[in-house]
Amino acid sequence: MKRAVYSILTVAGIAVLAGAAARDAAVLRWLAVVVPYAAFATFVLGMSWRVTVWSLSPAPFRIPTVCGQQKALSWIKPDRLESPPDTLAVVGRMALEVLLFRSLFRNTRMTLREGPRLVFGENKFLWLGAMAFHWSLLVILVRHLRLFLEPLPAIVLAAEKLDGFFEVGTPVFYVTDAVVVVGLLYLFQRRLRDPLVRYISLFTDYFALALLAGIAFSGIWMRYFGRVDITGIKEFALGLATFRPVALPAPSDSFFVHLILVSTLAAYFPFSKLVHMGGVFLSPTRNLANNNRARRHVNPWNYPVRVHTYEEWETEFRDKLEAAGLPLERK
Amino acid sequence: MPSPRPEELVQIQYRPPAKEWLDTPVEFRKGTYCYSALPKNLQYLGFPNPRDWQPTDADWKLPKDWKRIILEGMRDRLNRFRSFRLFMDICVRCGACADKCHYFIGSGDPKNMPVLRAELIRSVYRRYFTLTGRLFGRLAGARDLTEDVLKEWFYYFYQCTECRRCSVFCPYGIDTAEITMMVRELLNLVGCNINWVMEPVANCDRIGNHLGIQPHGFKDSIDFAASELEELTGVHVEPSINRKGAEILFIVPSADYFGTPHYYTFLGYLALFHQIGLDYTFSAYASEGGNFGLFTSHEMMKRLNAKVYAEARRLGVKWILGGECGHMWRVMHQYMATMNGPAEFLEPPVSPITGTRFEHARSTKMVHICEFTADLIHHGKIRLDPTRNDRWNVTYHDSCNIARVVGLLEEPRYILRHVCNQFHEMPENTIREQTFCCGSGSGLGTDENFEMRMRGGFPRANAVRYVREKYGVNLLTCICAIDKATLPPLLEYWTPGVEVAGVHELVGNALILDGEKERETDLRGEPIARKGVLVHA
Repeated sequence: MKRAVYSILTVAGIAVLAGAAARDAAVLRWLAVVVPYAAFATFVLGMSWRVTVWSLSPAPFRIPTVCGQQKALSWIKPDRLESPPDTLAVVGRMALEVLLFRSLFRNTRMTLREGPRLVFGENKFLWLGAMAFHWSLLVILVRHLRLFLEPLPAIVLAAEKLDGFFEVGTPVFYVTDAVVVVGLLYLFQRRLRDPLVRYISLFTDYFALALLAGIAFSGIWMRYFGRVDITGIKEFALGLATFRPVALPAPSDSFFVHLILVSTLAAYFPFSKLVHMGGVFLSPTRNLANNNRARRHVNPWNYPVRVHTYEEWETEFRDKLEAAGLPLERK
Repeated sequence: MPSPRPEELVQIQYRPPAKEWLDTPVEFRKGTYCYSALPKNLQYLGFPNPRDWQPTDADWKLPKDWKRIILEGMRDRLNRFRSFRLFMDICVRCGACADKCHYFIGSGDPKNMPVLRAELIRSVYRRYFTLTGRLFGRLAGARDLTEDVLKEWFYYFYQCTECRRCSVFCPYGIDTAEITMMVRELLNLVGCNINWVMEPVANCDRIGNHLGIQPHGFKDSIDFAASELEELTGVHVEPSINRKGAEILFIVPSADYFGTPHYYTFLGYLALFHQIGLDYTFSAYASEGGNFGLFTSHEMMKRLNAKVYAEARRLGVKWILGGECGHMWRVMHQYMATMNGPAEFLEPPVSPITGTRFEHARSTKMVHICEFTADLIHHGKIRLDPTRNDRWNVTYHDSCNIARVVGLLEEPRYILRHVCNQFHEMPENTIREQTFCCGSGSGLGTDENFEMRMRGGFPRANAVRYVREKYGVNLLTCICAIDKATLPPLLEYWTPGVEVAGVHELVGNALILDGEKERETDLRGEPIARKGVLVHA
């Protein structure tokens, strides 16, 4: 509980500081340029460093976690996605994992009943919450490209059209704005309410969720409730993207808070568990084929080891081998 | 008899304690941990810090610079294993794995949740190897490496059977088996290991098998099995040992020729190979398929495994056939060719009976007995009378490594459908890739660890109990030597009245041998009770 509260307070603190800084025009002008650049650079360099370190550490053994029938005898149908025998099938397995969270979809809930009887019930809520959050976030990110690109690519327009499907309100209500918040709230309350998950949760677990929620709330505030100069913001964003920064439109307190929270997330990202975004692609239990016996996997640091050889063994047990009438190498 | 009784043991609390896990030092409770390795075993193997000690001692007699050794060991392994580094970095603590571990289900101890088990070392990783951990300490979930932490590692990483069930459910595939393997390697660097693992390792290295059966004893037990089979079936078989020029080297876990009920499966192999006229040989030098090196370190695994290819080469066989064993197949399937291959001196396996080319094993050159037998049955090369197994109402336990490492799910089921008439699956969340461990794998199947084994095996036993009550199942079949050794006491404890057998025991029962006498008893020497007169050809 303590950690959850601290995480919210930390995010609120950052937001308040940003709001206060925005009061001073000179400070605002300076920070609005320096902070996003610094944060973005930290994100890019940090994530590159992470992925480099992961990639440079070898995968010495082919250790997929197999979740289906192997490809062996020709007349037994293999489960290509759960026990991928080749690269194409691995791509399929990874796509299911990354796009649809296949493994999380398997989730069950164990209960111990009278008897005793263990029951493994369906439990898809975590999967649903995770899907809702991650997919909304992706659509929102794509929509945000509107601010950095001119002319607008088709994918941005498509995302906006799909997202604003209900065509209610002015400005048009985006479904993902609601879904992302619901997803985050679900994940946050789950951490707090499930005693086991609460027990394993660190401050950083709550903080990541609180920070994302802060970003969502400030964004929603700007779009539906606050009054922001969207044209001015686009000019500012385009300026950042083209390395010709221009001044923020005034007033822009709420935008500045949003900007600082996003920058915090970007800078924090490479140092947190959020690196799972890149890491999931490299997981050796998922991205390797179950074809160990058909194709040899090479370990780059395979080194010779001390083996108790047959010759040593025969010498040691010579009498017994002779007595038992077993063939000998050296007569 | 065991204390506590099942009714007491099942009073499991899944509520974590009020105190944070970082503040709850480990308590070595009798019945829930394994004894330390004897110095003679470590000395023989050349392992560090051999000494007399027990986990309950206050002073573990660690080397003076143990902390440096562990941290350097960590750094080395972080650089050598992407799995280790990645699994330290990317866990989001979603908790999907929490109630997937048999030890957590059976004990309720929160540190048996895979996520928390991993956090035991992840917290140390953060403290010494990450920026946020160094800067923010406990706030970032980091903690110092202390003797208490080391003791906690010892307790909980010898309370993981490396079954990989959690990895099936993890959205990033984080495999606690991999983390456990790393921590056990680290513990081995400072001499914190258990005798139930190290003695078999030392025996296997020096003599050739876990039990330390010397060559003449090995020959005796095989000869004895042959004469027993003759007594039961009237058919004389002559298995060979260390015979050069045989087509196939047959590798089995040593329990197959020395343990019960493994032994009946061994009789099944002998009968089958005789009937089809297989040109095969055993090896007394590589008389162990199992490899407790897997539960020690990658290096030890490689040392023991090297004997298999070496012996295949010396004997000049064409390919290798492997018997019923779980972790042996983890090593053979995922490690052998990488560690000790390429086996270019062997030929891609072809069944001499059916002509089937085992393409899936063309590199390792090692075929699983269930693949081999299923192929025989599919091609109609053996005659079977399943009514001879009519006294059994059968279910099948997928061994962890066979399911989640090899993916060998259908082959044993195909065989079972042909050798018995009554077969019922356990509930779907407890079989195939979701199968539950026997609770005694990875070298934890020792008597002093009895309570923890009963706890860990509870989910498996509970599923067996379900099919016993629902369908009258009275036989649990499996293809793992540790299963065969540890499931009988487990079932006796939780659900008495269900026996344990290998798949090839039932094959041996059903197999119609040329020139056999009227088969009145099965391979256990117990009367065959037919229900009908149906005979499958």
